[in-house]
Amino acid sequence: MREKQVIVKVKRQVSPQGSPYWEEFVLKWRPAMNVIICLRDIAENPVTRDGKKTMPVSYDSNCLEEVCGSCAMLVNGKARMACSALVDKLEQPIRLEPMSKFPVVRDLAVDRQFMFESLKRVKAWIPIDGTYDLGEGPRMAPETQEKAYPLSRCISCGNCLEVCPQVTGTERGDFVGAAIISQVRLFNMHPTGAMHASERINALMEPGGVQGCANAQNCVQACPKDIPLTESIAEVNREAWKQALLGWLIG
Amino acid sequence: MRQPKIIVVGGGLAGLMATIRVAESGVPVDLFSIVPVKRSHSVCAQGGINAAKNQKGEGDTTAKHFDDTIYGGDFLANQPLVKRMCEAAPGIIDLLDRMGVMFNRTPEGLLDYRRFGGTLYHRTAFAGATTGQQLLYALDEQVRRHESEGKVRKYEGFTFLSAVLDDGGVCRGICAMDLRTMEVRTFAADAVIFCTGGIGAIFGRSTNSVVCTGSAQSALFQQGVDYANGEFIQVHPTAIPGEDKLRLMSESARGEGGRVWVPKKAGDTRPAKSIPENDRFYFLEEWYPKYGNLVPRDIATRAIHRIVYQERLGLSGQAAVYLDVTHIPRETLDRKLEGILEIYEKFLGVDPREEPMKVFPAMHYTMGGMWVNAEDQATSVHGIYAAGECEYQYHGANRLGANSLVSCIFGGGVAGPAAAKYAKNLEKGANAVESSVFDRERQRQEALNQALISQDGNENIMAIWRELGETMTEHVTVTRINKNLETAYSKLLELDQRFRKVNLSDRSKWSNQTLNFARELGNMLVLARVITIGAQARNESRGAHYKPDFPERDDANWLKTTRAKWINGEIQLNYEPVNISQITPRPRRYDAAK
Repeated sequence: MREKQVIVKVKRQVSPQGSPYWEEFVLKWRPAMNVIICLRDIAENPVTRDGKKTMPVSYDSNCLEEVCGSCAMLVNGKARMACSALVDKLEQPIRLEPMSKFPVVRDLAVDRQFMFESLKRVKAWIPIDGTYDLGEGPRMAPETQEKAYPLSRCISCGNCLEVCPQVTGTERGDFVGAAIISQVRLFNMHPTGAMHASERINALMEPGGVQGCANAQNCVQACPKDIPLTESIAEVNREAWKQALLGWLIG
Repeated sequence: MRQPKIIVVGGGLAGLMATIRVAESGVPVDLFSIVPVKRSHSVCAQGGINAAKNQKGEGDTTAKHFDDTIYGGDFLANQPLVKRMCEAAPGIIDLLDRMGVMFNRTPEGLLDYRRFGGTLYHRTAFAGATTGQQLLYALDEQVRRHESEGKVRKYEGFTFLSAVLDDGGVCRGICAMDLRTMEVRTFAADAVIFCTGGIGAIFGRSTNSVVCTGSAQSALFQQGVDYANGEFIQVHPTAIPGEDKLRLMSESARGEGGRVWVPKKAGDTRPAKSIPENDRFYFLEEWYPKYGNLVPRDIATRAIHRIVYQERLGLSGQAAVYLDVTHIPRETLDRKLEGILEIYEKFLGVDPREEPMKVFPAMHYTMGGMWVNAEDQATSVHGIYAAGECEYQYHGANRLGANSLVSCIFGGGVAGPAAAKYAKNLEKGANAVESSVFDRERQRQEALNQALISQDGNENIMAIWRELGETMTEHVTVTRINKNLETAYSKLLELDQRFRKVNLSDRSKWSNQTLNFARELGNMLVLARVITIGAQARNESRGAHYKPDFPERDDANWLKTTRAKWINGEIQLNYEPVNISQITPRPRRYDAAK
């Protein structure tokens, strides 16, 4: 019997300026393979299907259990984490491409600094006075925690930006995307964070803020952590309207 | 007045805590990390963080936490700093709570606590089953705030290559490589804090993340930073086997009532759920009635190995046992363990709420690490500090579950101010050091890169790495036999020779991950030898270090810290006494209350 094979096509690019090209690889199938194992197989024997020697594929990865957010890419056209993309559940040839909304660094590795800059812009933190001993934190109802905890599991993978038709660039003023808006909701829910809620909402009333959402709702489908992103956007949007109205009333 | 400058290498929990404390003291920090710090390995910690807050009215105290930690570590840890850590732990929880960590709550709105291995108290605060992620994010957010205020400058996407040492052997900065441009650069600093985490990659597959190679520790070791207790490697009892990674199944599954078992009859092929209670062997509960499924990790791991390799009771003859949470109400599982159950479900396609999980032990943590002093996390080289998993101070011969997060935050919190104080008191700052000191280190590193890029050979780094992992996992994890350790050591020397003949399949000058991994692999091969030779020398059994030929703990000869030094390209083992000033060593047993 012929050995079972896995066929992988990778969209490659040697540098940010380089032109993309495709390479195809044939790998030996094993049980429980994921896309990361495919990329490692290629690294061990970087030879294309037609026998041409090539270079290992560059890609970002770290935890390999879908909690660090590194290995997001397009797998058969779908934005997802490579580590949890199991070969046996994918149609072959498996097509791997870098995310399209972020600048390519090399091959499948992209630059997602835009997301971290946006987190700075919306002040996504609790402004504590210092790390010295100030006693316990504020009490919190279990229901509040149960609502906030899912939001706090955002791994900044960028899948929600990748699938959003409103995300067109990664410069300041471009739409920040669902992940960032959801983080604003998270920090505004916290008793201490709520003291500075208006600052965060203000940041999202600037160009690229919450009004950039056109309600395509792709984000919530693409989120690997099942974060209720559309709910977050609706909530933040309401807060933004309230704040705008209040600003208008008190002139 | 001279403005001192600190560098922190590594942006996991320890590195971020150190960064925050230095920034708070008004000293600027440059923070280096291979990955964006939010993607550091601390995110993989699942179950929780220990602090004796006694919030369940069980009479828990920091003294009991201290005793559990020392006893769990089989009396190898120096006691004074461990005591300080346990006393600081409740304050650390308060701080994290103030930072907005979404810890699980009780109906009264207080933090909830669960039980973990090696203790009889509910001492572990948790945020679902993704506690490490939640803690890391809280610190990441605080660092981002300091960054936006200009107090912290991040260098993400840089890998550490070496320390810059002046003629007096004092650290004056670091040499690092930009992982995009592949440019090698030096950065001056008055003190450097290393928080470079674990070493899982040395064992090939482990529960660790890709960046946990121990490369930085090894590079520093080869520059004169001593390495202590390298032979103490924790193998976690419950992980999901996988070809790329052994994914952790947190101890919290057992903390919430999960039970470990195998069918009593070898080769029982019935589906797990149809096997009646009477035909199941809950071996941990039977062998350790007092602690049951919550014995420390070294004990549980050896028990599983005994079941599989001696009793031949592994599931369908395979290396696996059941970790069963199916009897726990679904609502409780989703509220307290969802994060880990989701991992099992995603990677195996089986719902662990319905079917018992199949697990097996996996390399998880190094108790050993860079030697640091008993006061303030300083290493044996002036100007170099270390905190977190990369140093050896807190866990002795075996780490208790949920103590790693607290040791990272405590150690980072001590190292930050200590390094800042050292930097302020320096007579001559790093900026007054001749530029030739920096130039020569940069040139040395550039030459190493050039040699790797240009050499012709027939060896592949991935193949060498795989053989390294197989050797270490087979001979230097759960059961250690001197003859096998000797075989492993010769194999390591062979791999070291073959490494000199690697042929890099990527010779480009932009974002070359192959070159970076080759540099890491070279360092991993050295640290592997430190671990192996330390294990070979230690003829006793203590904590995670188990030798069937020397099955007992031997305090008369071996109650001492291994301190490895690099002398002219050779590893030399020295020993120093353990500080046992607080608790007198006593036999460690978990089949009865201690």
